[in-house]
Amino acid sequence: MHTRLNGKTPEETRVVIGMSGGVDSSVAALMLKKQGYDVIGIFMKNWDDTDEFGVCTATEDYNDVIAVCNQIGIPYYAVNFEKEYWDKVFTYFLDEYKAGRTPNPDVMCNKEIKFKAFLDHALDLGADFVATGHYARAAFNGEEVQMLRGVDNNKDQTYFLNQLSQEQMEKVMFPIGELTKPELRKIAQEAGLATASKKDSTGICFIGERDFKEFLSNYLPAKPGEMQTLEGEVKGKHDGLMYYTIGQRHGLGIGGSGEPWFVVGKNLEENVLYVEQGFHHDALYSESLTAVKASWISAKSVPGQFTCTAKFRYRQPDMGVTVNVKEDGTLNVVFDEPQRAITPGQAVVFYDGDVCLGGATIDTVFKNGEPISYL
Amino acid sequence: MNRIYLDHAATSPVHPEVVEAMLPYFTQHFGNPSSIHFYGRETRKLLDDTRAAAARSIGAKPNEIIFTSGGTEADNMAVIGTAEARKSDGNHIITSAAEHHAVLHACYELEKKGFEVTYLKTDEEGRISLSELKESLREDTILVSIMYGNNETGTVQDIQEIGTILGSHKAYFHSDAVQAYGLASLDVNELSLDLMSVSGHKINAPNGTGFLYVRDGVRLSPLAFGGEQERKRRAGTENVAGIAGFNKAVELMITQRESRVELYRSFRIKLQDVLKENDVEFLYNGSSEHFLPHVLNISFPGVKTEVLLVNLDMAGIAVSSGSACTAGTMEPSHVLTSMFGKDERTRSAIRFSFGYGNTMEEIEKAANETAKIVKRLKK
Repeated sequence: MHTRLNGKTPEETRVVIGMSGGVDSSVAALMLKKQGYDVIGIFMKNWDDTDEFGVCTATEDYNDVIAVCNQIGIPYYAVNFEKEYWDKVFTYFLDEYKAGRTPNPDVMCNKEIKFKAFLDHALDLGADFVATGHYARAAFNGEEVQMLRGVDNNKDQTYFLNQLSQEQMEKVMFPIGELTKPELRKIAQEAGLATASKKDSTGICFIGERDFKEFLSNYLPAKPGEMQTLEGEVKGKHDGLMYYTIGQRHGLGIGGSGEPWFVVGKNLEENVLYVEQGFHHDALYSESLTAVKASWISAKSVPGQFTCTAKFRYRQPDMGVTVNVKEDGTLNVVFDEPQRAITPGQAVVFYDGDVCLGGATIDTVFKNGEPISYL
Repeated sequence: MNRIYLDHAATSPVHPEVVEAMLPYFTQHFGNPSSIHFYGRETRKLLDDTRAAAARSIGAKPNEIIFTSGGTEADNMAVIGTAEARKSDGNHIITSAAEHHAVLHACYELEKKGFEVTYLKTDEEGRISLSELKESLREDTILVSIMYGNNETGTVQDIQEIGTILGSHKAYFHSDAVQAYGLASLDVNELSLDLMSVSGHKINAPNGTGFLYVRDGVRLSPLAFGGEQERKRRAGTENVAGIAGFNKAVELMITQRESRVELYRSFRIKLQDVLKENDVEFLYNGSSEHFLPHVLNISFPGVKTEVLLVNLDMAGIAVSSGSACTAGTMEPSHVLTSMFGKDERTRSAIRFSFGYGNTMEEIEKAANETAKIVKRLKK
């Protein structure tokens, strides 16, 4: 680790850590402090969810940050990125839904907010490094800083960090990457941290515990339409295409006998949601994809073709793929085995063993060499 | 680290003599002033003495002083208490957009209850327009609340002239003098004030002290109910030790006021001179003529307020932006917004405020450090 400090001691090295008020970033801050760094905790306020009684979860979370920082003995501040978040993440989020895709705001938040706006802010505060409570590892291999999967396979968050560049990686520390969640909870409990027993946040951060449909309907008009099979048989009504994602089973409300029904595609022009019966329905399977906005962790040039493993969604086992990098930078990714429910708009992330190579945004999905028209 | 405290407009250290004056009232003279026994009489005397001293300090009568927990309570009592009491006389209140939140948010609350409030805008120096005030006055105006000196910019309003304008109008005239009390000579009769708010912790008394001046005959509905303290206008056992401290702080304030004004004037000149010597671009936010000397608000174009504040804190210099915080992050100051809109000037402003204990060396050091940080951030 110390090989990254450019000859400075930990005491001379200022690490600004983004703290959410959750247990992961709390322990991350504690680990840094124990390692002797000059640690400063910063709470990012990216979203205003103040309700009619003036209650705001950000205020509650910030109070937890304060409590933990006082326990650890580090100064704390807050920074407001509501505007940046709205412009860069939320606008993208809505635009993707409007275009019929399923966005990944966490990937965008890491790219534009946590490792850009926040990193810049930290540098303005004289930081040598920024740290976050992500389950990932930043390791210097003698030449470059690699991004490795978090040791806890169950929690690994490199999927969401795939858009980071080498320039960003050089400034990043992931203090909890070597820990499993149970180990982390234990450390938090032994240290008596105020957040030791705090529930993990779930879902998209700005939606929180609220109903997804209701939230989205505040921003995008819902256009109800028909649910059809690919053959055109009407199976019911949908509430608006944006509320459904490929491979989804729940909330379709199609009764009858036989296997359950699944979303297999969308037709934006005709406002039709395609459904078919059976988890393994053939329509859900594809053989390759093209992806755009590819980004690589290493600064070295990528080969034109290579084999590696890939994830097409978070917490999915890796699958073998062959990647072809086209001249314009778009990727053609051919799967070793047909894959189920590949979803345009989501990230495809590449790995070589434990090393996260980078990722891209899924654009078009192919079967039998042809783009799947109903996606 | 040698830290420098330049945030006296937020709160100020308690003067050692004030602490000393308070100590006996924790352990020896701890009686409840409402009690009929010896212990009660002892603290009742302190209350009466302090009430007289507070009254003298503003040219009022002792029975016109209501002790409060500080400026916010005094402002709330003045705004909500008089509005409630005068509902039958009218429905309209005039204040300014640059008031302290204790007045503004009390007005928002009254709006919810059906009162109508006019918020006077300020010019680029932070002053309201007297002609606009005249035009806003209506038959049903029951209260005009304009602060004496602004907590963020130090800008002083022409309270005496406003008092003259109001003349025989039935509206009560209130002024939040929390920042001004320690540094401006205030006479409620010269200023034609009906109500005036004062806070202890801005004049080196402890937090939780202060008073509202209420002119004889002014109707005021209480906000707290219970015992008969403060002529039934503010129920609750008095903060006796705090009031003992306040008494001492008022005494010190009166003897030191003039010398402090001189000192802080020289601080503000020095601070700006050092910034100029360092070739740092800055904009002075406030009035060139009408200001409280202890508040100095400056914008550094190209530098964000929150970044500058954190850097200064890490360098051991405590200043503030004067603006409200939500979840620790800053909203653009409503005071500066009323002067400049939500533009860069508003988002790059910080407030230095001077007080007891500050030295010229500290000011020089703080200014040099500020210059260094601003230059680094602008690179």
